[in-house]
Amino acid sequence: MNKIMFFAHLRDRVGEESVTRDVSGKTIAELKQLLEEEFGLMLDSVMAAVNEEFASDEEVIQNGDTVAFIPPVSGG
Amino acid sequence: MNFEISKEPIDIQSVIDKVVQREAGAITTFIGTVRELTHGKKTLYLIYEAYESMAVKKLEQIGTEIKERWNGAEVAITHRTGKLDITDVAVVIAVSTPHRADAYEANRYAIERIKEIVPIWKKEHWEDGEEWIGNQLETVAYPKGKPEAEDLNE
Repeated sequence: MNKIMFFAHLRDRVGEESVTRDVSGKTIAELKQLLEEEFGLMLDSVMAAVNEEFASDEEVIQNGDTVAFIPPVSGG
Repeated sequence: MNFEISKEPIDIQSVIDKVVQREAGAITTFIGTVRELTHGKKTLYLIYEAYESMAVKKLEQIGTEIKERWNGAEVAITHRTGKLDITDVAVVIAVSTPHRADAYEANRYAIERIKEIVPIWKKEHWEDGEEWIGNQLETVAYPKGKPEAEDLNE
Protein backbone atom coordinates (compact mmCIF):
# COMPACT_ATOMS: atom_id res chain seq x y z
CA MET A 1 0.00 0.00 0.00
CA ASN A 2 1.02 3.60 -0.43
CA LYS A 3 0.37 6.76 1.53
CA ILE A 4 -0.40 9.68 -0.76
CA MET A 5 -0.09 13.12 0.81
CA PHE A 6 -1.55 16.46 -0.25
CA PHE A 7 -0.61 20.00 0.71
CA ALA A 8 -1.89 23.57 0.37
CA HIS A 9 -4.72 23.97 -2.18
CA LEU A 10 -4.55 20.25 -3.06
CA ARG A 11 -5.37 19.35 0.55
CA ASP A 12 -8.33 21.74 0.51
CA ARG A 13 -9.59 20.19 -2.71
CA VAL A 14 -9.17 16.55 -1.64
CA GLY A 15 -10.49 17.26 1.86
CA GLU A 16 -7.88 14.96 3.41
CA GLU A 17 -4.23 15.29 4.39
CA SER A 18 -3.56 11.88 2.89
CA VAL A 19 -5.22 8.86 1.32
CA THR A 20 -4.09 5.23 1.15
CA ARG A 21 -4.03 3.44 -2.18
CA ASP A 22 -2.16 0.53 -3.71
CA VAL A 23 -0.36 2.23 -6.59
CA SER A 24 2.87 0.22 -6.60
CA GLY A 25 4.14 -0.38 -10.13
CA LYS A 26 2.60 2.84 -11.43
CA THR A 27 4.63 5.84 -12.46
CA ILE A 28 4.16 9.27 -10.91
CA ALA A 29 2.59 10.40 -14.20
CA GLU A 30 0.08 7.54 -14.06
CA LEU A 31 -0.76 8.32 -10.44
CA LYS A 32 -1.23 12.00 -11.28
CA GLN A 33 -3.76 11.03 -13.94
CA LEU A 34 -5.67 8.78 -11.52
CA LEU A 35 -5.83 11.54 -8.90
CA GLU A 36 -6.85 14.15 -11.46
CA GLU A 37 -9.79 11.93 -12.38
CA GLU A 38 -10.74 10.96 -8.83
CA PHE A 39 -10.47 14.38 -7.18
CA GLY A 40 -10.61 16.82 -10.09
CA LEU A 41 -7.08 18.06 -9.37
CA MET A 42 -4.76 19.92 -11.73
CA LEU A 43 -1.33 18.38 -11.22
CA ASP A 44 0.56 19.69 -14.28
CA SER A 45 2.76 22.15 -12.40
CA VAL A 46 2.82 20.09 -9.21
CA MET A 47 6.00 18.28 -8.22
CA ALA A 48 5.96 14.89 -6.59
CA ALA A 49 8.14 13.57 -3.82
CA VAL A 50 8.70 9.89 -3.09
CA ASN A 51 9.86 9.20 0.45
CA GLU A 52 10.66 12.91 0.94
CA GLU A 53 12.82 13.30 -2.16
CA PHE A 54 11.72 15.02 -5.39
CA ALA A 55 10.77 12.48 -8.05
CA SER A 56 10.32 12.72 -11.82
CA ASP A 57 7.10 11.81 -13.66
CA GLU A 58 8.80 8.62 -14.88
CA GLU A 59 9.68 7.29 -11.43
CA VAL A 60 7.98 3.97 -10.62
CA ILE A 61 6.30 3.77 -7.22
CA GLN A 62 7.26 0.81 -5.02
CA ASN A 63 5.12 -0.89 -2.39
CA GLY A 64 5.32 1.06 0.86
CA ASP A 65 6.51 4.29 -0.76
CA THR A 66 5.04 7.53 0.54
CA VAL A 67 4.14 9.87 -2.30
CA ALA A 68 3.57 13.56 -1.67
CA PHE A 69 2.30 16.15 -4.11
CA ILE A 70 4.14 19.44 -3.73
CA PRO A 71 2.51 22.51 -5.30
CA PRO A 72 4.87 25.38 -6.14
CA VAL A 73 6.28 26.36 -2.77
CA SER A 74 5.89 29.77 -1.11
CA GLY A 75 7.99 29.72 2.03
CA GLY A 76 10.46 32.36 3.12
CA MET B 1 19.59 20.93 15.12
CA ASN B 2 20.70 23.76 12.83
CA PHE B 3 17.64 23.32 10.56
CA GLU B 4 14.20 23.52 12.09
CA ILE B 5 10.53 24.06 11.45
CA SER B 6 8.93 25.80 14.43
CA LYS B 7 5.32 26.26 15.45
CA GLU B 8 6.46 28.75 18.11
CA PRO B 9 7.87 32.27 17.60
CA ILE B 10 11.53 32.11 16.53
CA ASP B 11 14.19 33.21 19.00
CA ILE B 12 16.49 35.08 16.60
CA GLN B 13 19.52 35.07 18.90
CA SER B 14 19.38 31.31 19.33
CA VAL B 15 19.63 30.85 15.55
CA ILE B 16 22.62 33.21 15.43
CA ASP B 17 24.29 31.41 18.32
CA LYS B 18 24.33 28.15 16.33
CA VAL B 19 26.75 29.56 13.74
CA VAL B 20 29.21 31.23 16.10
CA GLN B 21 32.69 29.88 15.38
CA ARG B 22 36.22 31.05 16.11
CA GLU B 23 37.10 30.98 12.38
CA ALA B 24 34.33 33.43 11.48
CA GLY B 25 34.91 37.07 10.68
CA ALA B 26 31.26 37.70 9.89
CA ILE B 27 27.77 36.51 10.66
CA THR B 28 24.91 37.64 8.45
CA THR B 29 21.33 37.24 9.65
CA PHE B 30 18.30 37.34 7.37
CA ILE B 31 14.93 37.85 9.04
CA GLY B 32 11.93 37.31 6.81
CA THR B 33 8.81 39.10 8.09
CA VAL B 34 5.15 39.19 7.16
CA ARG B 35 4.45 42.20 4.92
CA GLU B 36 1.13 43.99 5.03
CA LEU B 37 0.87 45.15 1.41
CA THR B 38 1.57 43.02 -1.66
CA HIS B 39 0.86 44.77 -4.98
CA GLY B 40 -1.37 47.17 -3.07
CA LYS B 41 -3.48 44.40 -1.52
CA LYS B 42 -3.77 44.36 2.26
CA THR B 43 -2.92 41.12 4.03
CA LEU B 44 -4.64 40.50 7.37
CA TYR B 45 -2.56 37.45 8.35
CA LEU B 46 -0.85 34.38 6.87
CA ILE B 47 -0.99 30.68 7.55
CA TYR B 48 2.23 28.76 6.83
CA GLU B 49 1.99 25.01 6.30
CA ALA B 50 4.97 22.67 5.85
CA TYR B 51 5.63 19.09 4.88
CA GLU B 52 7.74 19.16 7.99
CA SER B 53 9.95 16.07 7.70
CA MET B 54 10.84 16.83 4.08
CA ALA B 55 11.21 20.55 4.76
CA VAL B 56 13.86 19.85 7.40
CA LYS B 57 15.72 17.60 4.94
CA LYS B 58 15.62 20.29 2.25
CA LEU B 59 16.87 22.95 4.70
CA GLU B 60 19.74 20.58 5.54
CA GLN B 61 20.42 20.18 1.82
CA ILE B 62 20.68 23.97 1.47
CA GLY B 63 23.17 23.96 4.34
CA THR B 64 25.23 21.30 2.58
CA GLU B 65 25.15 23.23 -0.70
CA ILE B 66 26.37 26.36 1.07
CA LYS B 67 29.24 24.53 2.77
CA GLU B 68 30.31 23.17 -0.62
CA ARG B 69 30.26 26.59 -2.26
CA TRP B 70 31.61 28.76 0.54
CA ASN B 71 34.57 27.42 2.48
CA GLY B 72 34.27 27.45 6.22
CA ALA B 73 30.59 28.45 6.27
CA GLU B 74 28.25 27.51 9.09
CA VAL B 75 24.50 27.75 8.51
CA ALA B 76 21.38 27.69 10.66
CA ILE B 77 17.81 28.15 9.44
CA THR B 78 14.50 28.14 11.31
CA HIS B 79 11.18 28.55 9.50
CA ARG B 80 7.94 29.22 11.30
CA THR B 81 4.58 27.54 10.60
CA GLY B 82 1.04 28.30 11.69
CA LYS B 83 -0.77 31.66 11.87
CA LEU B 84 1.43 34.74 11.55
CA ASP B 85 0.37 38.35 11.87
CA ILE B 86 1.81 41.35 10.06
CA THR B 87 5.45 42.02 11.13
CA ASP B 88 5.83 38.51 12.63
CA VAL B 89 9.07 36.68 11.84
CA ALA B 90 8.56 33.86 9.32
CA VAL B 91 12.14 32.75 8.78
CA VAL B 92 15.58 33.38 10.24
CA ILE B 93 18.78 32.45 8.40
CA ALA B 94 22.20 32.85 10.01
CA VAL B 95 25.44 32.27 8.10
CA SER B 96 28.95 32.67 9.42
CA THR B 97 32.08 32.66 7.24
CA PRO B 98 35.69 33.76 7.60
CA HIS B 99 35.09 36.85 5.40
CA ARG B 100 32.04 39.10 5.13
CA ALA B 101 31.41 38.93 1.37
CA ASP B 102 30.83 35.19 1.57
CA ALA B 103 28.46 35.57 4.52
CA TYR B 104 26.25 37.97 2.54
CA GLU B 105 26.30 35.88 -0.62
CA ALA B 106 25.65 32.57 1.11
CA ASN B 107 22.78 34.02 3.11
CA ARG B 108 21.12 35.35 -0.06
CA TYR B 109 21.58 31.95 -1.66
CA ALA B 110 19.80 30.29 1.28
CA ILE B 111 16.63 32.39 1.06
CA GLU B 112 16.42 32.00 -2.72
CA ARG B 113 16.79 28.21 -2.41
CA ILE B 114 14.11 28.11 0.30
CA LYS B 115 11.73 29.68 -2.20
CA GLU B 116 12.57 26.92 -4.70
CA ILE B 117 12.91 23.59 -2.96
CA VAL B 118 11.57 23.66 0.60
CA PRO B 119 7.99 22.34 0.88
CA ILE B 120 6.41 25.22 2.78
CA TRP B 121 3.31 27.09 1.63
CA LYS B 122 1.61 30.26 2.76
CA LYS B 123 -2.06 31.03 2.65
CA GLU B 124 -2.80 34.74 2.42
CA HIS B 125 -5.88 36.00 4.18
CA TRP B 126 -7.26 39.31 2.93
CA GLU B 127 -10.34 41.32 3.86
CA ASP B 128 -12.20 39.79 0.91
CA GLY B 129 -10.87 36.24 0.79
CA GLU B 130 -8.00 33.83 1.09
CA GLU B 131 -5.68 31.95 -1.26
CA TRP B 132 -2.76 29.56 -1.19
CA ILE B 133 0.22 31.31 -2.75
CA GLY B 134 2.54 29.42 -5.04
CA ASN B 135 5.02 30.08 -7.74
CA GLN B 136 6.66 33.10 -6.11
CA LEU B 137 9.56 32.84 -8.50
CA GLU B 138 7.23 32.78 -11.50
CA THR B 139 8.77 29.55 -12.74
CA VAL B 140 5.66 27.48 -13.13
CA ALA B 141 7.16 24.11 -13.92
CA TYR B 142 10.50 22.52 -13.34
CA PRO B 143 11.37 20.68 -16.58
CA LYS B 144 13.47 18.08 -14.83
CA GLY B 145 10.82 17.48 -12.19
CA LYS B 146 12.74 19.37 -9.55
CA PRO B 147 14.46 22.72 -9.24
CA GLU B 148 18.06 22.85 -10.39
CA ALA B 149 20.83 24.86 -8.79
CA GLU B 150 21.15 26.86 -12.02
CA ASP B 151 17.55 28.04 -11.68
CA LEU B 152 18.65 30.30 -8.86
CA ASN B 153 19.92 33.20 -10.91
CA GLU B 154 17.23 33.18 -13.58
